[in-house]
This record gives sequence, C-alpha cells and structure tokens, in this order.
Amino acid sequence: MSDARLVIDCLGKRCPIPVIALAKRIRDVEPGEVVRVLADDPAAANDIPAWCRMKAQEYLGSPAADAYDVRRLS
Amino acid sequence: MENTAVPAGAAAYLDAATAAPLHPVAREALLAALADGWADPARLYSAGRRAQQLREAAQAAFAEALSVRQDEVSLWPSGTAAAQAAVLGGLAGRARRGDTLVHSAIEHSAVLHAARRAKAHEVGVDRLGRLDLAAWDRAVSAPGVALAGLISASHEVGTVQPVAAAAACCAEAGVPLFVDAAQSVGHVDVPPGWSLLSASAHKWGGPPGVGVLVVRKGVRWISPYPQDDLYRPGVTGALDLPAVVAAAASLRAVLGEARVEAVRLSALVERVRERVAATVPDVEIAGDPVERLPHLVTFSCLYVDGEALLHALDRRGFAVSSGSSCTASTLRPSHVLEAMGVLSHGNVRVSLHRGTTEADIDRFLAVLPGIVEEIRKEAGV
Repeated sequence: MSDARLVIDCLGKRCPIPVIALAKRIRDVEPGEVVRVLADDPAAANDIPAWCRMKAQEYLGSPAADAYDVRRLS
Repeated sequence: MENTAVPAGAAAYLDAATAAPLHPVAREALLAALADGWADPARLYSAGRRAQQLREAAQAAFAEALSVRQDEVSLWPSGTAAAQAAVLGGLAGRARRGDTLVHSAIEHSAVLHAARRAKAHEVGVDRLGRLDLAAWDRAVSAPGVALAGLISASHEVGTVQPVAAAAACCAEAGVPLFVDAAQSVGHVDVPPGWSLLSASAHKWGGPPGVGVLVVRKGVRWISPYPQDDLYRPGVTGALDLPAVVAAAASLRAVLGEARVEAVRLSALVERVRERVAATVPDVEIAGDPVERLPHLVTFSCLYVDGEALLHALDRRGFAVSSGSSCTASTLRPSHVLEAMGVLSHGNVRVSLHRGTTEADIDRFLAVLPGIVEEIRKEAGV
C-alpha cells in the first residue's frame, strides 16, 4: 500500500458511493499522486475505470482484490 | 371511479423491451381464440379440428412473417424457453462435432444460463457494444465448436450486431448460428444466414407466454426435453393456443406498421440521446448512435443510485428499467454494461412502443434533469 498517497475505504458500501467518495477526495492529493479506493461492491471494478475515462483521470489497475488505484491528472 | 391522481401528467410506460403493451389486434384475436380455440387440437371432433385449424393458421402466419417454412417453426412457452431450446437442442444436434458454444459477451442471460451446460467461449464487444468480428471469426473456426450464438441487437443498449458478417464466418467454419432476435422481430429485419432463430411475442405486443423458435431445414436439432406421443418439435403438453393465435395475429399487424413506427420511434430515441446529453451533466449515453434499434436507448448518470432514480421516475409516472447492480436481483451490474466498459450505476433503459407519444418523451425529458440533480444533492455531490 506504499505507492498510494491516500486510501479511501469504501468496503461494505454500495455503488455509487465508492465513486462519489473518489470524486470528492481526489482533490486531497496533488496532480500526479495516486489514490487507492477499497471497495467490494462488484460494480466498482467497472465503474471506477469508467469514472476515470469520463473525468480524464488515469486508472492504474487493481493491485489486489477490492482495491483500485487512480492517478490524479487534473 | 378512475384514479387520476398521477402527479406529473399521465403515466408513461417506457419499458417495451421488457414487455410491450398488448397490441389491439392481439387483444381481439385473444378474445376470439379463447371462445373458439380452447379445445385440444390433437382431437378429432369438430371443436378439436377447429383448434387445429387455428393452430395451423397461426403457424403459417409466423412462417410468412419470418420468411421461413411452416415446418421450421415451433412454439414455446416464452422467448426464454425458445432461446434455451435453440442452444440446448443445437448443441445436442452437433454433439459428435464438438461441445463448445461460441457466444457474444452481451447475450441475454437466458442464453448465458443455457451456455453453462456446455463449454462456452465468450467473444467480447467494443465500447459501443459491437461484436469483435475478428475474435468471433477465430472462435468459430476453432476445432470442437458445436454452435454459435449471437443476439440480433443488444436488449440493454440497442446496438445492432453484425449478424450477416457473423453468419458468414459461421458458414465458412461449418458451424450453425443461433440468433436471439427477441428485440428485433417486429421492429427491424434480421439479415439471413442464421440456422436457428428465437423471438418472444410480448416484445412485439403479443401476449406474454409465447416464444417462437425457427430451425432451418437441414440443421440438426435434437430436443433437450422428453418428447410426447406426437413427435413434434416443441414443448410437450398443451400449447396456450389462444395466446399463440394472438401472438401470430399481432406479429402480422406489427410488421405492417413496422417501417413507419421505426422511423417515428427512432426520431424520439434520437431526441432522448441529444437532450439527455445536453441537459444532464456527467451522463454517458450507451450503445451505437447509428447502428441501433429504433425503439431503445440507455444512459448512465454519474454519482446516481440506479434504484433511487427508478423509484423517483416511477413516482412521476414513468416506467423504465435499469442495468445498475442495485436494481438487479443478483446485486451485480449488467453483464452487458460491464462487457462494454461503460458506467453501470445510475443506469436507465428507456424503450418505446406504438403507444409512446412525443408528449410522453418531452415530459420525460423535462423531469429527468431535476430528478438526477435532486438525487445527487441528497448524495452530497
């Protein structure tokens, strides 16, 4: 978990809550830094990459089960 | 006394892709057949012969509507039953040649559940929901393929699939192609080249509980079910003949008006695509904007709970469906939206029918932005 600047724990929360939390808190890191979202709703695996595409942020992949890394670009 | 307490104008039913309202011709034919076609068509007395005449006339009407031979048509208790009979019977008929079913990632779940009875090879789609034809060609050409299955057009996002090109790949490989045409029949033509095809009456305005299966001559199909004394392809036991008669009569009527309706509904869908994109921030319109069904449109609203959106629309009198996980019995997002990689939460599918008016769509478009904004505000976005 060392490369993420911020970890957002949304375990047990249903979509769209993990995506809402990501959108709100990505401003807490600087452009270029990485946010990790922990989410176990099955829709997160689809919707976090989709959010990155719609909002022009970089989806880095899932380093572990129920974990998704996003780099803030703008 | 009639209840007129609908808050936002008249109610608008916008979920025809689940079940279209009964066509007036279907209603008429159903009532007539209930009076006249209740007897067992296998019996030899006059009431039975009358039922048999109705059955044969219905069969002939289906054959004519689908441009196939009468003995290629069989009738099933639902579109799901017909699709599953196509898959299981098609696999059984080719068991000596292989045991693999090649299918797209966006098939109806009825087909995917049947696919679990075989070795399945799934072929992906692109962001617009279009079949990856190169991957399809490779998959059907591999050894051990018994059957291929392709939906004619996506029931969730409306993208029309390249059936003719997919059928050409199958023909080259000597593999029969099953086309699930439930969303196309009654709306748009399905290109030829397939070996098996299924359709569902309540998607075109017929009554629920009638599925149609076509197995072309020369295609080996073995019933996956025990047969009855009549050795006819189809479900065993009594057929719901009045419903079948109504389904056949309404298909003929629907096809008669299909071209005009497709133009009218397609323009309304275009309006939804344009206005939703223009008036709702952070929305993703799914599916191919051009190669699409005339009557169906799907979009996803960022940060919106699909279930909350469905209920809020229902309170305003609009019936729509959703592919969001929170609205699914499985609590998983739609496999179609996942296969396309488009946003799955805040998802709404709007599907139109012959009773849908311009005013219905304009009312829907007028209330939607406020509803989405309200849900987002409540979520603290």
